[in-house]
Amino acid sequence: MQLWLIPVFPLAGFLLNGIFGRRASKAFINTIAIGSVLLSFAWVLKTLLGLGDLTTPHIERYFTWIQSGSLHIGFDLAVDRLTAVMLLVVTGIGSIIHIYAIGYMAHEGGYYRFFSYMNLFMFFMLTLVLGANYLILFVGWEGVGLCSYLLIGFYFTKKFATDAGNKAFIVNRIGDFGFSLAMFLIVVQFGSLDFGTVFPAVPGKSEAALTTIAFLLLVGACGKSAQLPLYVWLPDAMAGPTPVSALIHAATMVTAGVYMVARSAAIYTHAPAAMEAVAIIGVATAFFAATIGLAQNDIKKVFAYSTVSQLGYMFLGAGCGAFSAGIYHLVTHAFFKALLFLGAGSVIHALGGEQDLRNMGGLRHKIPWTFWTMMCAGVAIAGVPPFAGFYSKDEILMAANHHAPWMYWVGVITAGMTAFYVFRAMFLAFFGKYRGEAHPHESPAVMTLPLAALALLSLGGGYIFKVPEFLAPLFPLAEEGHDLGPVLISVAAGLLGIGLAYLFYVARPELPDALVARIGGLYQLVYNKYFVDEVYGAVVVNPVVSGSREVLWKGVDVAVIDGAVNGVGSSARGIGGVLKLLQSGYIRSYALWVALGSVLLLIVMGVAGGLR
Amino acid sequence: MDAILFLIFAVIAVVCGINVVVQSHPISSAISLIGVMGSLAVLYLLLGAEFLAAAQVIVYAGAIMVLFVFVIMLLNAGGETGRGRSFLAQLLGAPVLIAFLGLMAFFVQRLFPGTEMVQFGAFHGGTAQAVGRALFTQFLLPFEVISVLILIAVLGAIVLARKEFDR
Amino acid sequence: MTGVPISWYLILSAVLFSLGVAGFLFRRNIITVFMCIELMLNGVNLSFITFSYHLKHVNGQIYSFFVMVVAAAEAAVGLAIILTVYKSRGTLNIDDVSSMKN
Repeated sequence: MQLWLIPVFPLAGFLLNGIFGRRASKAFINTIAIGSVLLSFAWVLKTLLGLGDLTTPHIERYFTWIQSGSLHIGFDLAVDRLTAVMLLVVTGIGSIIHIYAIGYMAHEGGYYRFFSYMNLFMFFMLTLVLGANYLILFVGWEGVGLCSYLLIGFYFTKKFATDAGNKAFIVNRIGDFGFSLAMFLIVVQFGSLDFGTVFPAVPGKSEAALTTIAFLLLVGACGKSAQLPLYVWLPDAMAGPTPVSALIHAATMVTAGVYMVARSAAIYTHAPAAMEAVAIIGVATAFFAATIGLAQNDIKKVFAYSTVSQLGYMFLGAGCGAFSAGIYHLVTHAFFKALLFLGAGSVIHALGGEQDLRNMGGLRHKIPWTFWTMMCAGVAIAGVPPFAGFYSKDEILMAANHHAPWMYWVGVITAGMTAFYVFRAMFLAFFGKYRGEAHPHESPAVMTLPLAALALLSLGGGYIFKVPEFLAPLFPLAEEGHDLGPVLISVAAGLLGIGLAYLFYVARPELPDALVARIGGLYQLVYNKYFVDEVYGAVVVNPVVSGSREVLWKGVDVAVIDGAVNGVGSSARGIGGVLKLLQSGYIRSYALWVALGSVLLLIVMGVAGGLR
Repeated sequence: MDAILFLIFAVIAVVCGINVVVQSHPISSAISLIGVMGSLAVLYLLLGAEFLAAAQVIVYAGAIMVLFVFVIMLLNAGGETGRGRSFLAQLLGAPVLIAFLGLMAFFVQRLFPGTEMVQFGAFHGGTAQAVGRALFTQFLLPFEVISVLILIAVLGAIVLARKEFDR
Repeated sequence: MTGVPISWYLILSAVLFSLGVAGFLFRRNIITVFMCIELMLNGVNLSFITFSYHLKHVNGQIYSFFVMVVAAAEAAVGLAIILTVYKSRGTLNIDDVSSMKN
């Protein structure tokens, strides 16, 4: 089936654009970049159609990568139903976003660099998804982290962009550390990293070992998927171009953590404590991020916190045992979140770079395509039936309800807040009077057509792509029936959120300010993201930096290491200075040394000869 | 007979040796050194080294010491004057010497416990015939080498000394 | 008395050698120092010849012969050097010839 072609097409695009792109024409760059991703998508379709049922995974082993003692790690790619879902999302949404980016980045410098990085990202993401063992997955994991760093810091002349890139990479590294430890433990426990070897052997291992592995994997997932406490890099990642935010930080890279947890479902189901932790982290992150999103004024930051919140939902689903619900939400979230970001990009592009919601307004007549497509995304994310978000969110909330009702209620409140802040952004941007100074103009077709495609997916995607049924061979469907009551409550929460947003921002625009005046302190706390970044800076970053500077640099490097090296030199000089005194120039003292030496020699010979 | 001869000439040698070290004018040291060499020649005779005893008197006492005396005369050096500046030698010299002598005596006593006696006439291998035979057969190469050495020394001495007197 | 213990000769040789070393260390006149070197060489010669007797072999005497020849050559060259030093520095004090210091 030549699975390797799927990641290699974008890799070829990266190499061609990277090497030749600087002097090539835009048409060349576009063709290579978009063509490689579309080719990859086409190949995915061909492969999936050709593989048929896929109840058992289709594995292709290429060569032995590591052979060390009894550990054998091959370069293997595998496709099963879960992989198929991820492949379609990555290549499909990826293609759409690449096409959009042609229009968005048309006036930006470094055009070829952008597309080569994007293609490199696709290569790594596809490697991650196709990997048949943890090590290939980790290669892709690290690679997407690298591309995220490169793309966040794409405008590398701006310090806040490069700082954001550093932050993303470093925080991800913490998660990667946990992932690495988990992999080491897996090797120790199972003797292999191969999915096909590890997962069937899980029931026989001790729960303590499995729980430790699962916790460490969770640390990795928290880093990559921006969960508490490692979510802080995602809002700052909005410094990158909007297509990057859409592709990497909404649809694909951040979902890698969810994918990895779902892939390791066998381990998690046998480690209930870790699964509980997944659920708790998920629901806490969802709630926490939603509260911050309520008060943000930058349109991309609102959607960034929304992403963190929705990722929390996916983790909640996985933690409650409904792995397929988590993946379902991953798919629908890809549709409407990518659309929200691309739409926001369209708005920003229309306003010539304005991102602050307070300087927008009344845009629905000026940029209608953008408006209507974003509305589709809005109703989808709010969980209004029968659109995409409703189905997936409903599945998760049902699972939460059966697992632990308090999680269900928190999820419902979060759903309400989600609807509220998304529609707050909508109303502030598209309704009322225009408060800014630019000349809004609609985006070109190359940008609006992808928006339309994503809008259709957001509306009908949940209905058309029944992901849980598709994944049933991997993750058995829950047997419990659907109670109507909780469903209605969650839908009502969403509608209530929309209604409140309408009230606050369309009907009675003076209400928000009045409310802020009443709860000023709380608002400041939420607006400043609970000062989490500042706390991290004081507690973690500053001690590490000053520790490195004082102890490691000045103390160890300068004093100890340089001191030792310089000390050797200066002590050689010192010894030389002392020995120099022997050369006194007086012949008699030379004779004395000779005589002394001969006496010593006699003593030595006598002692050695045994004469005492 | 042997013991008396040995004692007499050993005492002469030691006394002259001490004199070499102790006298302030070099010429006195030179004369004392001639005395040492003479007594040593007698001791060589006692040990059966006839040829070497003759060589000692002719070469050492007769040529080398004469050279010394000529140089002393030429330089017209007076007695020793001035303070020495090497305190280390004076401080450590005596202990080192005593240690050296003590060790040597000790080792000699251990190695040669006194059973073997030196008798005049007991060793016949020191004749000129024996020395010549060994010199021209077994030690031919060193013999030729030191003849070259003497040649070089002569040349060196002429060059060094000539520079001063030729100006 | 029929003979002399061989160790007496060796001890005499050691004594002469030590006297030579003592003179070398404690005297300041170059020529005197040189003569003490000759004294040391004589002491060693006696030792060689004693061992030649002890081993009943002529080799020790041959070595002694060579020592004498070398001492002659050395005396010739050494005295020439002393002459040169005296001409250039005007002193026969061994402590004044210390330009090789450090």
